[in-house]
Amino acid sequence: MTIANYLVLAAVLFTIGAVGVLVRRNAIVVFMCVELMLNSVNLTLVTFARSTGGLDGQLIAFFVMVVAAAEVVVGLAIIMSVYRTRRSASVDDVNLLKY
Amino acid sequence: MPDIQAPDLSFAALAPLLFVLGAAAAGVLVEAFVPRAARHRTQVALALVGMLGALVGTVLLAGTQEVTAAGALAVDGPALFLQGTIAALGALSVLLFSERALDPARSAFVAAAAVPAGTVRDRELATSTRVQTEVYPLASFAVGGMMLFTAANDLLVMFVALEVLSLPLYLMAGLARRRRLLSQEAAVKYFLLGAFASAFFLYGLALVYGATGSIRLSDIGAASGRTGSEPLLLLGLGLLVVGLMFKAGVAPFHSWTPDVYQGAPTAVTAFMASATKVAAFGAVLRLLYVGFGDAADTWRPLVYTLAIVSMVVGAVLGLTQTDLKRMLAYSSIAHAGFLLTGVLGVDGSGLAATMFYLLAYGLTTLGAFGLLTLVRDGDGEASALSGWAGLAQRSPVVAALMTFFLLALAGLPLTSGFTGKFAVFRATIEAGAWPLAVVALVASAVAAFFYLRVVVLMYFAEPAADGPTVGVPGLPTTVVLAVTAAATLLLGLLPGTVLDLARSAAVLVG
Repeated sequence: MTIANYLVLAAVLFTIGAVGVLVRRNAIVVFMCVELMLNSVNLTLVTFARSTGGLDGQLIAFFVMVVAAAEVVVGLAIIMSVYRTRRSASVDDVNLLKY
Repeated sequence: MPDIQAPDLSFAALAPLLFVLGAAAAGVLVEAFVPRAARHRTQVALALVGMLGALVGTVLLAGTQEVTAAGALAVDGPALFLQGTIAALGALSVLLFSERALDPARSAFVAAAAVPAGTVRDRELATSTRVQTEVYPLASFAVGGMMLFTAANDLLVMFVALEVLSLPLYLMAGLARRRRLLSQEAAVKYFLLGAFASAFFLYGLALVYGATGSIRLSDIGAASGRTGSEPLLLLGLGLLVVGLMFKAGVAPFHSWTPDVYQGAPTAVTAFMASATKVAAFGAVLRLLYVGFGDAADTWRPLVYTLAIVSMVVGAVLGLTQTDLKRMLAYSSIAHAGFLLTGVLGVDGSGLAATMFYLLAYGLTTLGAFGLLTLVRDGDGEASALSGWAGLAQRSPVVAALMTFFLLALAGLPLTSGFTGKFAVFRATIEAGAWPLAVVALVASAVAAFFYLRVVVLMYFAEPAADGPTVGVPGLPTTVVLAVTAAATLLLGLLPGTVLDLARSAAVLVG
């Protein structure tokens, strides 16, 4: 396996995540797609760290994990509060604000 | 594998940051240990001490030019100028949050955010005078993150600061006491789109790291000047810019702005519209000037296009709005475009002009949103434009102040808005981008129309019989309105001192 394969895999995962955010309707699934994007970034970072021989990329991956965990806490709290009011986590149902 | 070296920290240069983040951490402890009766006062005092302390710290540090924390943080003129601006705007926002005279329930924030909206318990709490105080530590953390954002000399620190400022804002957007469904909806939209945008920023970080082997802006600057337009680097730069432009509310990455500005509690909207914009543009300036300063040809067309799109979208869609908060949201999108025209300036003139514009715009916007909290009907603030008809007959002072702020946003002479616009447009023209300045002038004229429409509505329309009432503000809101109005006037009449300050501060260290 060459380095390029990992980068392509990460790019594919990132694209799947980005498309998922745009087409999926459930807030939890949308959020999982964002997490997929973050993890594809981690794969990219670790691959580049390997190719350059430095430690930076691996260190950044740890930071990304910590920040993603913090984001989960805040995000699930917000989605939870909406779900408890509306009994639905669909992003189509949060449609009071427009124009 | 190389060893990891412990960084050297210059605590003096980081004092403003540490002060406000320390106050935020102490605020969490206050929330846990101080009895409920004394909590509100303690939290407001603590948050104010943190932010005003940070403001004083930035003033004392004026003239510092150093890179600290092993190159991860740059404490220089632009960082300190913008940090001071953010701290001042944060302190004024905290005053708006602490207003207790306007709402019959004594606070604009929900008493228990975890209680589902519309339940029996929620209705009980909505009329009780119980006040929740978690918004103050959250605001302090957000201000800390914003101040870190403007000083970040490293893409990783920039990303962490982006999240430190965003996560509290997502929560604060959902804390409104009235119209809780709208507020929660704003929080969900802001969160999902914000997380999406930070994923783009992060992928950009990874690609730039891969292309240059470093995340330090100065190293990236050296590498980008050397390699020029390597595809990986360009793609990374594009993704980083997408992430930052989202935070700055620049079209076409603006879709969250109107919804979130309308749904969030008005005091929080004031905070987001002013301080977040300053922080986001601080990061944009540092990334583009330090990280890609020698490769300016790669990003100038991009910023050029984004500026035009943002000005046009903001000005045109602003015309169609029927809600004042939404209208001000589109106005902020148009202003983000005006700010981008300043970013295109060369030789530091653009930097100084943008910094002055950020200060002027932040204060004016804060004042305008502060005024919105005064006009109320039975269900909280009356932000629908129809409710403002004939307001001058009900409250001449509020109508006059609103007129003044709107004229400043429109950029009429004798207000700070005129000075700011003049400065950024001059920087644009000096950089040779005069077609952009023409578009900006046309967009200003279109935007002036919807500001003036509100003025006409307030003065020349008949008030509705069951229209909203104008509340009498307590001391905090009065102070905010007085300070912002005075600043808007002074920066318009005598801008010389502050312009000179911005000009002398406009030196970035790498």
